[in-house]
Amino acid sequence: MIDLEVPRKLRPLIESARLMAEEAFRPISRKYDLAEHTYPQELDLIAAVIDGMSSSGVSEGAGASSVSGSKGASSGGERVEGGGAANVGSRMPSAKGEVRNGANMSSVLSILESCRGDVGLLLSLPRQGLGNAAIAAVASPEQRQRYAGRWAAMAITEPDTGSDSGAIRTTAVRDGDEYVLNGEKIFVTSGERAELVVVWATLDRSLGKQAIKSFVVERSNPGFKLVRLEHKLGIRASDTAAFVLDNCRVPAEDLLGDPEIRMQGGFGGAMQTFDNTRPLVAAMALGLTRACLDLTREMLTAEGVEVDWDRPAQVQSAAAAKVLQMEADYAAAHLLTLKAAWMADNGKPNSMEASMAKAKAGRTCVAVALACVELCGATGYAERDLLEKWARDAKILDIFEGTQQIQLLVVARRLLGLSSAQLT
Amino acid sequence: MTTAASIQRLGLRLISKVGSLPVMAHPALRARVGKVLHRSAHVGGAAQIAVGRAFAARKAPRVDPARTPPTTRRGVFDLTPTEDQQMLREAARGLGEDVIRPAAAQADTDRTIPADVTRAAADLGLVLLGVPAELDGIAEDGSAVTGALVLEELARGDMGITVGIMASASVATALSLYGTADQQATYLPHFTGTEPVKAAALAIQEPQSLFDALSPRTTGVTGTGGITLNGVKALVPNADSAELFIVSTMVDGSSRLVIVEANTPGITIEHDPAMGIRAANTGRLLLTDVTVPTANLLGSTEDHLDAIRRSRLAWAAAACGTAQAVLDQVIPYTKERHAFGEPIAHRQAVAFLIADIAIELEGLRLVTWQAAARLDAGQDASEPIALARALTSAHATQIGSHGVQLLGGHGFVKEFDNERWYRDLRGAGVLEGVLLI
Repeated sequence: MIDLEVPRKLRPLIESARLMAEEAFRPISRKYDLAEHTYPQELDLIAAVIDGMSSSGVSEGAGASSVSGSKGASSGGERVEGGGAANVGSRMPSAKGEVRNGANMSSVLSILESCRGDVGLLLSLPRQGLGNAAIAAVASPEQRQRYAGRWAAMAITEPDTGSDSGAIRTTAVRDGDEYVLNGEKIFVTSGERAELVVVWATLDRSLGKQAIKSFVVERSNPGFKLVRLEHKLGIRASDTAAFVLDNCRVPAEDLLGDPEIRMQGGFGGAMQTFDNTRPLVAAMALGLTRACLDLTREMLTAEGVEVDWDRPAQVQSAAAAKVLQMEADYAAAHLLTLKAAWMADNGKPNSMEASMAKAKAGRTCVAVALACVELCGATGYAERDLLEKWARDAKILDIFEGTQQIQLLVVARRLLGLSSAQLT
Repeated sequence: MTTAASIQRLGLRLISKVGSLPVMAHPALRARVGKVLHRSAHVGGAAQIAVGRAFAARKAPRVDPARTPPTTRRGVFDLTPTEDQQMLREAARGLGEDVIRPAAAQADTDRTIPADVTRAAADLGLVLLGVPAELDGIAEDGSAVTGALVLEELARGDMGITVGIMASASVATALSLYGTADQQATYLPHFTGTEPVKAAALAIQEPQSLFDALSPRTTGVTGTGGITLNGVKALVPNADSAELFIVSTMVDGSSRLVIVEANTPGITIEHDPAMGIRAANTGRLLLTDVTVPTANLLGSTEDHLDAIRRSRLAWAAAACGTAQAVLDQVIPYTKERHAFGEPIAHRQAVAFLIADIAIELEGLRLVTWQAAARLDAGQDASEPIALARALTSAHATQIGSHGVQLLGGHGFVKEFDNERWYRDLRGAGVLEGVLLI
């Protein structure tokens, strides 16, 4: 039955995420925007609370640390998590054939609410890194067990390869019971703070994408050297690290998934992570957009401007008409994201829909945040309030986990039935 | 293949398609569908009724009007239509593909819909979509989602023809939603019976710029002889053949819907062709001291607003269909069309426009469905309807433009359908009234 409301059973989860955003994130939002590279120690307490709720199992979803694999039934699909990027759900259709609103839906909705508070702080939550999502997607059950409860960052990008992640140059060479990694990694979110970093490296550059494997590297590994922390436009609460891997020796059992180079599917496996994580980043963009719209509408109300849903836009004030259009684009992005999550929860392949959601949410987020600064004038642009910060934070959401252009490529290739060689 | 032959083919296809659905194991539903499909034989022999029939007032045997109950929601996010909805959607898709699309270009040029196309739509019982089952319609609960699915499929065939054939259905839906028991008894048999009206229209739009449907300039003044109406309604589909109008009017200062029979003195019809939806043969309805009984007031001021909302949502659903037609066409075209030694689809500048069409179309469709599901559940849908309207106006129009742009000069000439989609899609976010779900 067609119904596009937020699922009833997830409302308590959303409510607790909203509380976290309002009571825990907002009050320290500006503080860590100004104090870049300072660890927000408040997050340890928040993470402890989330872990507690999660392990008690009472809060269908306010927790965050449990990860379920894309194929594994062991962790169960109905376990609902929330709050961080680590939560990719099971893709098993329900045995009874019933429609399910599962872990993907709950993660999207709780991340959305959290990011009404602060995107940078959400990204800095311990044990919620993208590396945790990668482990969830491709690790063996034994590995998942071994890394459980540890905070993992993700290192894909290199100085010369951004969107073209199939062209990475970091190498891994087998040497006895170890692999020896050499190369350079940049843009590693929480790279300094995490305990583990999932590093993409190639076993043989001549074999292309299929030879790319991911390795779990301990941050304390002497061959894994922190070079610098970036100074950024936004999400300054979240650290972004650069590393050099200098004869970094990694135990062979820390290669995630299948160690063999298979000419079919290998890279696809690693890339499949994106089908689950792109809706989550779309949800971050939605949360930030929502925050901008809520605050702007509050400020416009104070100036006597209210949107009338029933009058045509052209007979309302320009500000009201602008808000109407922004709300419309938000609604479209919101439902595209829920659709992508719903498909994942119900075992439907969703690569294209995940990219549609990310593309629409990413561009809406930037356009709305910048327009809200304009509507609110000096209050929008000044540091006294948060609109200017959100407008800076917004830009990364149309870039990481695949830029706008990469999303459009994914969508277009699917629609047109073209390969990456044909549509480059 | 002739139109008649393709209609015959459609009928056969539908019977086999519909008959094989698992849901058809249910005898009650089978009976209902059978009623709709077999109506064609019954109606087929009826003579064409002249414009301006008399609608003899009837007393209903009941006091309360028939209304469908609201849909019960399960609280689960879901994009799966019910089997019932899927069946009607398939039927509408068949009609759109096999009957409406082949007739579209000529109907646009001629500003008229071939009789056999109208007949095929009537045979499917689409006019009964929003009429409760107990009044010989097919709606058992809220029908907005079903209406959205059906309108999309029809408008994927052609928006102009869809408007032409569904305008009457919208009047039947309005009578079902807002009519008193007596109004339903008087007028609905002229839609559900064996001699249906030739046409009927929901006249809300007016010619002035910055038109606000909540504040029509058409006035109604209550006096001893009834309500006297004065004003101009623009772009009314099938205005010259409609036998019944529902007119949006400021009656003594409140916005109301008024039932006006076409043969009432004081009505003049003018041609009012537009940029698009030309097959709907739009005209102006001039009301000069037109007096109707007070009993012709249809619903309340709140119902007037509800009708405007449902109408905007219907246009959004229709826009989804025509935008889908654009997407369906540009995908194979850009893969076949070569420039600079390869298919133009291999260029990002082309491929990204197509991705954008798909993204904005899907966003519009989902917001439309969300609003429709709220209406069916009897909940406030004013906000999602406003958002669907805004998306229609901005993005559906843009999709129409992309559809021409991707073909270059070929999109601009009538060799392809794209220029018509461009014209029709501009209308979907502008027009008020006419359609209703």
